[in-house]
Amino acid sequence: MGYVAIKGGGKAIRGAEDVLEVLRTAEADTGAPLTINTIEHQLRLLTSRIVSEGGLYHPELAALAIKQSQGDTLEAAFALRAYRSTKPRLMQTPIQNTANMRLIRRISSAFKDIPGGQMLGPTYDYALRLMRLDLANESPTHFRDIARKFLAETPESDLPDTFPKVVDALREEGLLPSVQASAAEPFDITREPLIFPVPRSAALATMARAETGSLLALAYSNMRGYGDVHPTIAELRVGYLPVMLPHPITGVLTEAGEVLMTECEVVAMYEDDSNKGTPTFTLGYGACFGHNEVKAISMAILDRALQKGMKDGASNPSEDQEFVLLHVDGVDSMGFASHYKMPHYVTFQSDMDRLRATQKKHEERSAQ
Amino acid sequence: MSAGYNFGFMDEHAKKEVRRAILKAIAIPGYQVPYSSREMPMGRGFGTGGLQITLSLIGADETLKVIDQGSDDSVNAVNLRQFVELTCPGVNTTTHLNEATLIQSRHRIPEVPLTPEQVLVLQVPYPDPLVVVEPSEDKRKIMHGEADYARLLVKLYEDIVKFDEITISHRYPTRINGHYVIDPSPIPRWDVPKLNDSSALILFGAGREKKIYAVPPHTKAEPLAFDDVPFRVESFNDAAGNRRPCERCAATDSFLDEYINEDGSKRYQCSDSDYCDSTLKNSLLKNGVLANTKEAAHA
Repeated sequence: MGYVAIKGGGKAIRGAEDVLEVLRTAEADTGAPLTINTIEHQLRLLTSRIVSEGGLYHPELAALAIKQSQGDTLEAAFALRAYRSTKPRLMQTPIQNTANMRLIRRISSAFKDIPGGQMLGPTYDYALRLMRLDLANESPTHFRDIARKFLAETPESDLPDTFPKVVDALREEGLLPSVQASAAEPFDITREPLIFPVPRSAALATMARAETGSLLALAYSNMRGYGDVHPTIAELRVGYLPVMLPHPITGVLTEAGEVLMTECEVVAMYEDDSNKGTPTFTLGYGACFGHNEVKAISMAILDRALQKGMKDGASNPSEDQEFVLLHVDGVDSMGFASHYKMPHYVTFQSDMDRLRATQKKHEERSAQ
Repeated sequence: MSAGYNFGFMDEHAKKEVRRAILKAIAIPGYQVPYSSREMPMGRGFGTGGLQITLSLIGADETLKVIDQGSDDSVNAVNLRQFVELTCPGVNTTTHLNEATLIQSRHRIPEVPLTPEQVLVLQVPYPDPLVVVEPSEDKRKIMHGEADYARLLVKLYEDIVKFDEITISHRYPTRINGHYVIDPSPIPRWDVPKLNDSSALILFGAGREKKIYAVPPHTKAEPLAFDDVPFRVESFNDAAGNRRPCERCAATDSFLDEYINEDGSKRYQCSDSDYCDSTLKNSLLKNGVLANTKEAAHA
């Protein structure tokens, strides 16, 4: 008698790989394989999401991850994260000043006019969500025409290299507390486990690579009433941040490249100050790789909620560090949800043993 | 893929960190040592904690056995074994327990007692037995420190009141060295006594929850129970009260898997496939049916 059910695992895995590969490449004969370049640029918001959730700024590899996972964001971020974990940590970056971002978009919902001006930039915010059927059949000529038209109509602008931060203006006015220099080393979540309570830097780092939807769900619970952050967006900016690293020989800060990122600062209402100082607004901070505004806003709200929870004790899930930080990682949560598909024969056998024993006792008792 | 990846996939700093956590876990039996836990290229929940321990300990002279649900050939075991073969060139793998120096397993401890030369690595989904009574890790840490397992015992007591039975089927809370209570991973109760006074070092890796803990060799491991309600393993007796044998190898001392035949009748076979194979081989050899060991291996 052969062994039942569990033989042939290796063969089955190879078969699964083959059929995935067939589906990935199955297309009408007119189709062409997606290029990495196409994914990176035409699916730029998807690529943004993967670099941020994967925790590695590498848009090309992110695009490749999207391609090989057939567009599954959780899988793609996972592949990038696993690649990252094979790499040693070479150095710690000094603090980067986001005032130096080369901006493509910048808004404030707190003030009509802000120093440097509002810049709507690329956003779907005010787009009518109508199906654009004309996009169904595009050609490279269309693409070129769009670029030509845009460049012809856009005047030469002399945008400044840096834009002042809105929150700095609020600080100068005394509406926000001044920045406290932190003596503590930033917490590296890739090298240290989270032991609660964790410092704010650990919370921010965890949220920066969190799964967008998970972060949004928890932030939304706070917005709806399981919490009371009531945020106002002081500033949301999207752009390219020059990454300054010390030169390996001279130690002088040198631009090593730039990363596209989204940053959001929300201002929340003032709180009772136990120190009896002057009351000020409070601040929530969110930032992530890529262009992902919903994520940055959600993170900023949760940062505010978590700071409140740390100070006064958590009265809602979104104010509870453990609840938020242990449930927003896409790699963790999707992995665990998927693992239920693995065989659980032994534990289920054990479950049946308990149920049968309990049923037997129940019947004996009922018969009496 | 081999090109570009370090031996054992993880970088050496990461392996060193895991080994440090293991040493601490051995020094404090049953204590859950937090560690940073790298992402592995397979799903969290698929044995990434066990895998990180295995990859951190394995050297070219090691012989590895990977088991899932007692079987070396189930999809996940195959997957993990292939990954180790791919990223650890020179390492031997085996399906025979007696040849293995390092054993990674999910949900089972082999039937044959382990030897002092062997290390068993168990994959852990939930490292903390207190999670059933306390969701906050912060609070659970304090409870562990104070060896405060009152609420866990109350849960067992309530089970008896409600059902006349302790309903915990697997992941049975087990006290190690008289202090920390561990979740011994989802092994059946059948395997829990094997933790006690084991000759081999037993390591537990929870990748997603980022914890490592250990039951060192010859350490006391006692499943929680009451004086008047003893701990009991799964019963494989039939309705008449006779112990069911494995229908393949006839063993009456192993954990059995239950199968439903096409006609609705049931069939029972050893869960530990290596044990089943060797029992079958021995009985065939004894009865003179088989003389050639090669043939026997493929029975």
